[in-house]
Order: sequence, then C-alpha cells, then structure tokens
Amino acid sequence: MSKKAKIETLDNVTIRFAGDSGDGMQLSGGRFTQTSAIMGNDLSTLPDFPAEIRAPAGSLAGVSSFQIHFSSQEIHTPGENPDVLVAMNPAALKAHLKDLTPGGTLIINKNAFTTKNLKLAGYESDPTEDGSLEDYYSAHFIEMSKLVNLACEGIDLAPKLIDRTKNLCALGVLFWIYDRPLEPTIDWLNKKFKSKPDIVDANVKALHAGYNYADTAEIFTTKYIVNKAKLPAGKYRNINGTLATCLGLLTAVEKSNLSLTFAGYPITPASNILHTLANWKRFGVKTYQAEDEIAGIGAALGASYGGSLGVTASSGPGIALKGEFLGLAIITELPLVVINVQRGGPSTGLPTKTEQSDLFQAVYGRNGEAPMPVIAASTPGDCYYTAYEACRIAVKYMTPVMMLSDGYLVNGSEPWIIPNPDDLNDFDAEFVKENLTDEQYLPYKRNEETLARGWAIPGTKGLEHRIGGIEKQDVTGNVNYDSDNHEKMVQIRARKIANIANELPPTEVFGKKEGDLLILSWGSTHGTCKSATESLLSENLKVAHVSIRWISPLPNDLKDILSNYKNVLIPEINTGQFRQIIRAEFLVDAIGLNEVQGKPLGASTIVAKAKEIINER
Amino acid sequence: MSDKPLLKKADFQSDQAIRWCPGCGDYAILAQTQKTFPQITEDKENTVFVSGIGCSSRFPYYMNTYGFHTIHGRAPTIASGLKIANPDLSVWLVTGDGDGLSIGGNHMIHLLRRNFDINIMLFNNRIYGLTKGQYSPTSEQGKVTYSTPMGSLDYPFKPTKLALGAEASFVAKTIDKELKHLQAMILRANEHKGTSFIEIYQNCNIFNDGAFAKLTDRDTKEEQLLRLEHGKPLIFGIEKDKGIYLDGTTPKVVKIGDEYSIDDIVVHDEEDRFIGDMLANFTESEEFPEPVGVLYCKERPTYDSLMSAQMDESQKGSKSSKGLNELLNAGDTWEVK
Ligand SMILES: Cc1ncc(C[n+]2csc(CCOP(=O)(O)OP(=O)(O)O)c2C)c(N)n1
Ligand code: SF4
Ligand SMILES: [Mg+2]
Repeated sequence: MSKKAKIETLDNVTIRFAGDSGDGMQLSGGRFTQTSAIMGNDLSTLPDFPAEIRAPAGSLAGVSSFQIHFSSQEIHTPGENPDVLVAMNPAALKAHLKDLTPGGTLIINKNAFTTKNLKLAGYESDPTEDGSLEDYYSAHFIEMSKLVNLACEGIDLAPKLIDRTKNLCALGVLFWIYDRPLEPTIDWLNKKFKSKPDIVDANVKALHAGYNYADTAEIFTTKYIVNKAKLPAGKYRNINGTLATCLGLLTAVEKSNLSLTFAGYPITPASNILHTLANWKRFGVKTYQAEDEIAGIGAALGASYGGSLGVTASSGPGIALKGEFLGLAIITELPLVVINVQRGGPSTGLPTKTEQSDLFQAVYGRNGEAPMPVIAASTPGDCYYTAYEACRIAVKYMTPVMMLSDGYLVNGSEPWIIPNPDDLNDFDAEFVKENLTDEQYLPYKRNEETLARGWAIPGTKGLEHRIGGIEKQDVTGNVNYDSDNHEKMVQIRARKIANIANELPPTEVFGKKEGDLLILSWGSTHGTCKSATESLLSENLKVAHVSIRWISPLPNDLKDILSNYKNVLIPEINTGQFRQIIRAEFLVDAIGLNEVQGKPLGASTIVAKAKEIINER
Repeated sequence: MSDKPLLKKADFQSDQAIRWCPGCGDYAILAQTQKTFPQITEDKENTVFVSGIGCSSRFPYYMNTYGFHTIHGRAPTIASGLKIANPDLSVWLVTGDGDGLSIGGNHMIHLLRRNFDINIMLFNNRIYGLTKGQYSPTSEQGKVTYSTPMGSLDYPFKPTKLALGAEASFVAKTIDKELKHLQAMILRANEHKGTSFIEIYQNCNIFNDGAFAKLTDRDTKEEQLLRLEHGKPLIFGIEKDKGIYLDGTTPKVVKIGDEYSIDDIVVHDEEDRFIGDMLANFTESEEFPEPVGVLYCKERPTYDSLMSAQMDESQKGSKSSKGLNELLNAGDTWEVK
C-alpha cells in the first residue's frame, strides 16, 4: 500500500554507496548518476576502489565505495561529508561512518550483519542492535538479502546470483527517497544483459523490491526533490576522465589527419586508457601493450618518428621508468604525448588513491637541461580539451608533452556538454615534403616562429638523415661535441618551450580582479578551489580563484595577476610542489594548504584556511 | 627489379667521419652491409637503421639511409613502434652484446617472440667497448677486466640459444672476417619475413683482441667452423672428414671413413627446431665445432601483419569518418535548453 509521503525540496545532496568489493556499489552509484544526469541535475562523482583485487569478503580492506554529489545548482566537487551513507556490510559501515554528516541518513543491509562479518569489521557488538546508531543518525536497517530472495522467487538462478541483486534493491530505496524514475536503469539492464533474461528479471525485481519497500514501509516518511540545475544550454552526456582523455586524443588525430599509436603497459589507474583505445581500431587507432613502460614510450616515440602520433600513459612508477626516453624525445625533437595519471606515491604507494605529487617529476624529472611542456587537466570533462591541446602542442613544437591527470579525474565523472570538434584550435600536421634536389636535407633547420624542426619521416625520398641522443649540430643535425654549439642548442630547446606561453589565452580570473586573497590551483583541485571561492565571495570577501592549465611554460600574465592580491593560497594534494615552483618563479610568498590523504581536498578546509589568512595578515 | 638505375655501395655511405678504432671489426661489418644493400633495395628512403648505445650502435650514422641512434638497450622498442606506424619500411636493428643482451635483454626477447618484420644485427665482441672494457653477458666466466680484477663470476649467455628460447623465427651466426658469409647472412635476413636475428662475432682489437682468433685464423678455422647449409650434411674440417652423428638423441663428432659414412651424418634442416637447438648448444663448446650460417629459419605470421589484419577486420563496413561524432554522442545524452 502506497502511503502519503511528505515532500521536501533540497538544493544539494551527497550520497555514498559503500559495500564489499563484490556488492556492486560502483554499479549502483553509476546508475544513480546516470539517472540524475538525465533528470538535469548538475553532479560530480568519485569512486574509491580497494587496492587488493580479491580482499577477503567482508574485510575492511575489501570495502569499495562510490560518492555522488548532485544538485539543482552548478557544483564543482563530488562533495565532502555524505548526507546519506549506504552500508551493505559491517566493514563498509566501520570504514565510512565517521564521514557521515551528523543526523544524516544511514541505509544498512541488515542481513550482512552476521557474527562473522561483525568480527571481520572489528565490531564487538552489533551496531544495528545495540542502539548506538539511532541516536545520531536517521538509521534504517533493511533486510535486503531477504527482500530480493522473496522478490525473485521462481526465477531459475543460483541463490548466490539472486543475492547479488541486493545492490539494485538499495538503489531502488534511494530512487524512492529522491523521487527518481526506474526506467533508465531498467532499459540499461535490458541492454547490458541482453543474452541473460533471468539476470535482467532478477535485477529488475530487486530494484522494484527496494522501491516498493521504501514506498510502503513506515520508516520513510519524506521524499526529497532535487530540481534541475540551470546549466548552460547544450547537448549533454555524463563523462569520466578516462573516456574524455581518449576522445581528446582521437579528436586531435582526426582534426590533424594523423594516425594515433598508443603504446603502454598496464598500471592502475591509467590502464583504462589502453582498454578504451584498444576498442577503437575501427577508427584507425593502433594500440600496443608493450613489455614494460620503457618499451611503451619507446614504441610510441618510434611511431612518432614514423609519422604517427605516439602516445603513452602510465602512473608515477611507470613515468619514472620513462624518464630516459623523455630526454631522447626532447633532443631528437619528435612529437610525443605522455599521460601521467597520478596516484599516491612514492613507489607503489597508494595505487588506487589520488594525489598530485608527481608535479616535480613532470617538470624536472630528467637528466640534463630538458625542458618539456606540462599541461594539467582540471575536471573529468576537461581531460578532453587537455589531451587535445597536449597533442596539438606536441606536433606544432615537435616536442614531448606531459599531460597530468590523476586517479580522481580519470574515475570521477560529471555532466559534459558534448563538444563540437570544429570549435577547437586549428591543428595542422605537416610532414617535410620529398626532396628531389641533390642538396642534403637539414634536419635541424627550424621554423622561425615556433623554432620547431621539420617532421621528416622515413619513406620520404631525399630526406635520409640520422637522428639520435648525442648532441646535434644546429641546422645540419650532425653529431657535434663542440661546447658553443651545445650551449646554443640548450638555449634553443629552452626557448622553443618558453615560446609556447606566447600563444596561451589570457588566464581566467574567477572572482575579484584584485583583493585580499588569490586561491591558485592546478589540476584536479580546481573544483574544490572554485567551490571554496564561490562560498567566500558569497560572504563578500575579496577573493579570486585561478586554475592553471599549463604548468610549463607558465602563462605570461600570471605574474601580474599574482601581484593584484595581498596573499596567495595554493591548495594541493602534495606537500607543496606547485607552491615551490611559484615561489621560485615569481618570488611570491605563497601559502600552502596541503593534504596527502589519497582523496580530493574539501572545500570547507579551504574556506577555513582562506578566512584565517584574510583575518591574520 | 624495375629499370631504375641500381644503387651502388657508395650510395649507402654517409658523409660522416667514422669514429671506430683502427682495426675494429665494425668496419668490415659496415662495408659488407653497404656492399649488400644495392641487392636489397632500390629505394634507400625506405630503409631505417635503428640502434642503441655502444661502439656498434654508432652504425646508423654511417649508413646513408634513415637512421635513429636511440638509448642504451632500447632500440627494439623504437623499431617496433616504427613498424607499427609504417609496416612498409625495411627496419634494421644494430646492437651489441651489452646493449642487446644486458640492459636491453628484456626488449630483445619480446621482439623475438612477437616476430615483427625487423632484422637484427647483434655485434658480439664479448665486451663493453664504448665504456672501455668491462665484461659483458657473453664474456667467458673468469674474465679479468677493469670491473672484475679477480675474474668475472657471471656465467655467459649463448645468444643464438637465447634467441631460439625466445621463439625467434630466424637465427643465424656469422663472423666479421667472413666477408662473403656475412653478406650472405644479411641477404638471408632480408628475405626472411619476421624477426631475423644475426649474431656477428666481432673483434674488439682494443679491449678483447683475439676473442674469436681460433675461428678466424687461416690455419685453424676450418677445423673449428661448422658451415651450415640447408639440406647438406653437417660436416667440417680441412678435409671435410668430420661430421655430426646422432647417437640416439645425443650428438657426437665422428670421423667419416671406416665406422661412419656420410650417410650417417645429420642433414641440416633449417626448419627443424631440434636441429636448431642442438646447433645453438654447440656454441663455445670444447667438444663441438662452432656453427656458422642459418641455424633456424621458419616463417610464421609477423606481428605487423597480424596487426594490419586486425585493423582491416575492425574497419570492415564501418565508416570511420563518422567515428568521432558517433563516439562523442554515445550513451545517454540529454538537452539543456
Ligand atoms: C642508461 C645507460 N647506462 C649506461 C650507459 C653506458 N654504456 C654505453 S655503451 C655501454 C656498453 C656497450 O657495450 P656493447 O653493447 O657490447 O657495445 P660495444 O661498445 O661493445 O659495441 C654502456 C654500459 C649508457 N649509455 N646508458
Ligand atoms: S673499443 Fe673495440 S669495439 Fe669499440 S671501436 Fe674500438 S675496437 Fe671497436
Ligand atoms: Mg660489445
């Protein structure tokens, strides 16, 4: 029997789905995201995976989670403390309860609170029985396993498979609470399990079971409405950073009439780039799983030498291995794009968590005077534009380019206006034409404006020439150990990269054009810094936010911008690497806000720090 | 070949001054390569020499083709990527025993098993030449060098054995001083579709002089060398009176005459893996002669051809120009007005 529920409208909700790795939390989160996107909310998501592939079921190490922040306003972060926590077992409750907002909603799968699971999670008494939760949260203990078993009676599936549908039961409960339609999920299930009608049937029944339970049970009295957000007009889809990166690469080669060769070696969280591109052979994309990261970059560089656009991707440890090849790409002046999906370090560190600690590695991590452009993506969707720009600059200036991304960006998602590739910067790639004269080809002759040398690919008549890692004579490209020539070449290579700054668009300043505090960010802290700035501006504080895309070279107008504020705050998920660069470059006494917790910064931390600076200085 | 004028040896000589030590075996290898190339190609723009680092790896600078002197040990990776980008190029990889088997050993074995259509010339002087004389992975155990004053402890690789173990589809061995033989091996490697591995014994007269003396001295060499010819019995010696006999599964050197006739001698079959393995084991042994020639040659699909086939297969019937928009607009989309 349906009851009459109270209806309340909210601007913002953050939900965290947490459960055992096998509980399907990523799927529940993904479906809630897709439905909310279709309903027109702005949103931002953050999955969190355990490092172990098959941690013992029910253990703390095996907890996987997915957070979604959705809103009727524009938002920039996946949210901090969730308003709702779905905990599918005791370990998930133990791991995440501390983050739940006081008074928040707890939705628990009661059937998973067995003696064994409680012990695995380290509970001495059952929190669903001892009354420890109800005083602080609006706690709902639902027998999800039992519900789905009843709902799926008569379906010819193993009990284990039936039990697995409880993630859809949980989703059904949330769909009722936030008044969302079930159809998009049902359509999706039908497509996904086309050949397994029993599985579709069981999952759909479980979804309804959850929805109906919330509808009839007395415990849920209020439905919440989160209205459409006023987003810029356009055609939207939801996108994560991995897909955006791959689409950016494909757009670059399509617009430049180049072919794409991607070579890499599996590593979390970069592997999905390889997996995605491997499915795009029909668009002419060649992918190659090499024997290690060195071979990955070597093959990518070899492909670029051959006239394809070589791209490789890895994470910190793999990027460390690629270092020597970056030097070769710099001295041979060949285009190459290297994507670093940063994770917690050093060494294996926190392989599934996000961090911004490879900035020095990207900017400085090579032997010799080895300048290289470094570009950082700021949101999952921005990975598209960043990857495109990385390719364009690599080809235009004949240089390797490093694109910095991170675990949060590649796995996080947001609604995204589908771009029109025609609106992007021009991208013409040209190879040196064949030479039918008797004159020797001069491989190190340069374009006067960009200082780039020509892209002369094997197979072209009359351009036979030799390149390599030994210092080359200016213009002729012959091996040359002369000290003056070396110094000249070092300077030319530096100038070529510095020149890129001349074509960068004016840096966007969000907020006051001058004032007490500039919040300066790079990479994925963009969203948090922007949210924090919005909140500070709403309190009439004289603050602004600048998000840096090109870290090497830095934009020419940054110096003036910095001088317009009394203080500069640089929040980073590292111990202050960008701050050191800014201090060294501009002699600005920038202040850091640094956390290395393997997760995005919280906007409230930045707001607090900003106020402290404004009040004290 | 077409009616284009044939290229000459000089067409393959670059204008760069050669910087090897006088007397180095590398000169002979370069000269034989330049001499052979007019038979290999009439368009030198389609040839690329890729190398790592070492004395031997300077080779590309002296060939008037395309050339890429890369970094230590990593030439196979560049060569593989180049072949992926443009399978039509004729790609040659020049490496040393240190470059190809020590720092680059991993790339070497994977190149061999993948079977890209690339020709490898491994200059084995059993020493690190460029860094001035440390022992290498092919140096004999006990070798006294700057880094091993009491003799090296490492047990060496036999490169041909390693190549076969890594599933090479073409394995040959030759010697810098065997000029005609060297040319023949280069031609054979070129004909072979797949990764061709030629080990070339090369004398470093500065740091490891005479390493192959007994194989190159006029007086001794025919007693030492087992010259391999497909379909011919495995015989050797100045009088051609010795051969390889199989006693059950155990090879033995026997004298042809009273007890054994020529019919008892194993006939070389380049396509027989077991003969190839056996011959590779003869390397540097007390008991057996040193095999030179093609130890093993059997074609199988190359990585580049398999990749091209997958690319063709995936593009069948689909219009790739529409691809980007299709991908950008895939999945659930919605309009905001
Ligand atoms: C990363 C790196 N480590 C070490 C070296 C120094 N190095 C240059 S060549 C070489 C050994 C060369 O031996 P081999 O490959 O046998 O070539 P050869 O000089 O004997 O022809 C070494 C150790 C280097 N160039 N790069
Ligand atoms: S050191 Fe040895 S290998 Fe190197 S050039 Fe001199 S003789 Fe040749
Ligand atoms: Mg050597």
